[in-house]
Amino acid sequence: MGCISCAAAMYERGGYALRRKESSSIPVEADSISPDRFVGLSLSEVAALPAFYGRRKVTLGDLFEIDGMDPDHITVSGDLKAVKKIGYGMSRGQVTVAGDVGPHTGAFMTGGELTVHGSAGDWLGAHIRGGRIVVDGDAAHFVGGAYSGETRGATGGVIVVRGNAGREVGGRMRRGLIVILGDSGEFAGAGMVAGSVFVGGRLGARAGAGMKRGSIVAFGEAPEPLPTFSYACTYRPVFLRPYLRRLSAWGLAGESELADGAFRRYVGDRNTVGKGEILIRDQSQ
Amino acid sequence: MQIQGVEIEDTFAEAFGMWGARLIITADDARWAAIAAVGATGLATSIIGCGCEAGTNALADGEETPDGRPGVAALFFTMSRSSMEAQLLTRVGQAVMTSATSACYDGLSGAERVKVGAKLRYFGDGFQSSKLLDGRRLWRVPVMDGEFVVEDSFAVAKGIGGGNFFIMARDQAAALGAAEAAAEVMQAVPGVILPFPGGIVRSGSKVASRYKGQNVSSNTPFCPTIRTVVDDTGLQEGENAVLEIVLDGLREDAMREAMRLGIRAACRPGVTRISAGNYGGSLGQFHFHLHALMDA
Repeated sequence: MGCISCAAAMYERGGYALRRKESSSIPVEADSISPDRFVGLSLSEVAALPAFYGRRKVTLGDLFEIDGMDPDHITVSGDLKAVKKIGYGMSRGQVTVAGDVGPHTGAFMTGGELTVHGSAGDWLGAHIRGGRIVVDGDAAHFVGGAYSGETRGATGGVIVVRGNAGREVGGRMRRGLIVILGDSGEFAGAGMVAGSVFVGGRLGARAGAGMKRGSIVAFGEAPEPLPTFSYACTYRPVFLRPYLRRLSAWGLAGESELADGAFRRYVGDRNTVGKGEILIRDQSQ
Repeated sequence: MQIQGVEIEDTFAEAFGMWGARLIITADDARWAAIAAVGATGLATSIIGCGCEAGTNALADGEETPDGRPGVAALFFTMSRSSMEAQLLTRVGQAVMTSATSACYDGLSGAERVKVGAKLRYFGDGFQSSKLLDGRRLWRVPVMDGEFVVEDSFAVAKGIGGGNFFIMARDQAAALGAAEAAAEVMQAVPGVILPFPGGIVRSGSKVASRYKGQNVSSNTPFCPTIRTVVDDTGLQEGENAVLEIVLDGLREDAMREAMRLGIRAACRPGVTRISAGNYGGSLGQFHFHLHALMDA
């Protein structure tokens, strides 16, 4: 143990700060950047955690300047566009990414909070089971999705993307909430088993293809659902209101971003058990 | 002790432990929320004959309903957890689910829970669905005006039942005016209900009867029409009417506050005494001493 002044200096350092040393398009696998992996380790031990730089096995210290002491507060900055798997499997604490980040961010997350002050690559929150991911910018494809060959994507947790998202948001999700405040690409909620996908902007085509249960809610424009969905009625779903209030309380969506109102309800996909729903806000009301 | 010329007897109200539940009932407007809540808490004056004691209650200051719509809190008190589940199933199923635009949420938190939505969902005949939000499961049961949203389970907590006080007056009008004034201020206390009609009891009871098979009977010591023919009258000359306030609550401090406010409001011209009912202190866990309440 060090002296009191050293301890004070460490206290002042607070959470861990990781800054990428160089800018490179070579993929980096950094699943070690997680509060679960940092807990109980000294600064030097954190720096010695493994990572992959392309095919080469390196340490976090080789790639990042690292400082700090609180494993439950991690900030990562620098050029992270090619850095994958930040927050992979995390169950606690807060990870903040300053800038754009690569694929698989927050995949298999079970708890804690991951914030991206930029845009995220493919597979954001794939297989998420708990916790919360907030992306200030856009997200690429397969948000909260299931890896190829897997039958279940997200099984819990909350993902909020303030910008747009690519294809297959919430693909094969089983539980949880995914909110895209902007537009979504094609096949949102494809193969859903349960859970909720909210799209604040334009809902992409072929949403809900193959869905069994669950809810896809389009607050903005939406194309006519697939023919395997049948229009049921136009009504005001009360269950949405607690969701919108919760999102507002979390500061993730204001009243004006996701307004409630009357929704057209489509039921499907009749190619499967057909108990899913697509709710499309009736813009005429 | 005297308050505004009204004698406060040196006695205490004896109350009992009960199980309490708090439901938040919402609807598209305040009128329909109240209709649903009043229906669900109807005929729930006394545990003896109704299976539970229930009443409506204003939301706490600053409290918002889970869906942001107008809402009313409804409090239910029973002697056991199992009877609470049965009562809530019946009352939510028959009076809230049937009420237009309604939804029903848990207004307490806690690990002790009874299943309500988890059982009512079967009314959906296989077309019900659920949403899990922040650890709370909401069931969506298809009904003819849309969907009935009801929480999967409701917390039950240790509560208090049977708090009371008597208002003795020179005539019926004075007793009723005082009781109405008391009930009005008491019903505004969050976490407290007055389960009897208008919050007032005219037919107080004693736990005894001269008839076999009759467990309770009229509180004859406080019936003015037979004051001179019963051996144990509790009335003084000039006291021609008595009304009782009975209250249940989720917390002891709320009960004390309600009783203090109610007794003070009841001390009006025409009222002679304020007393309270007890069994000598040997049966109920909670004793509300009137002098201590009013000194606080």
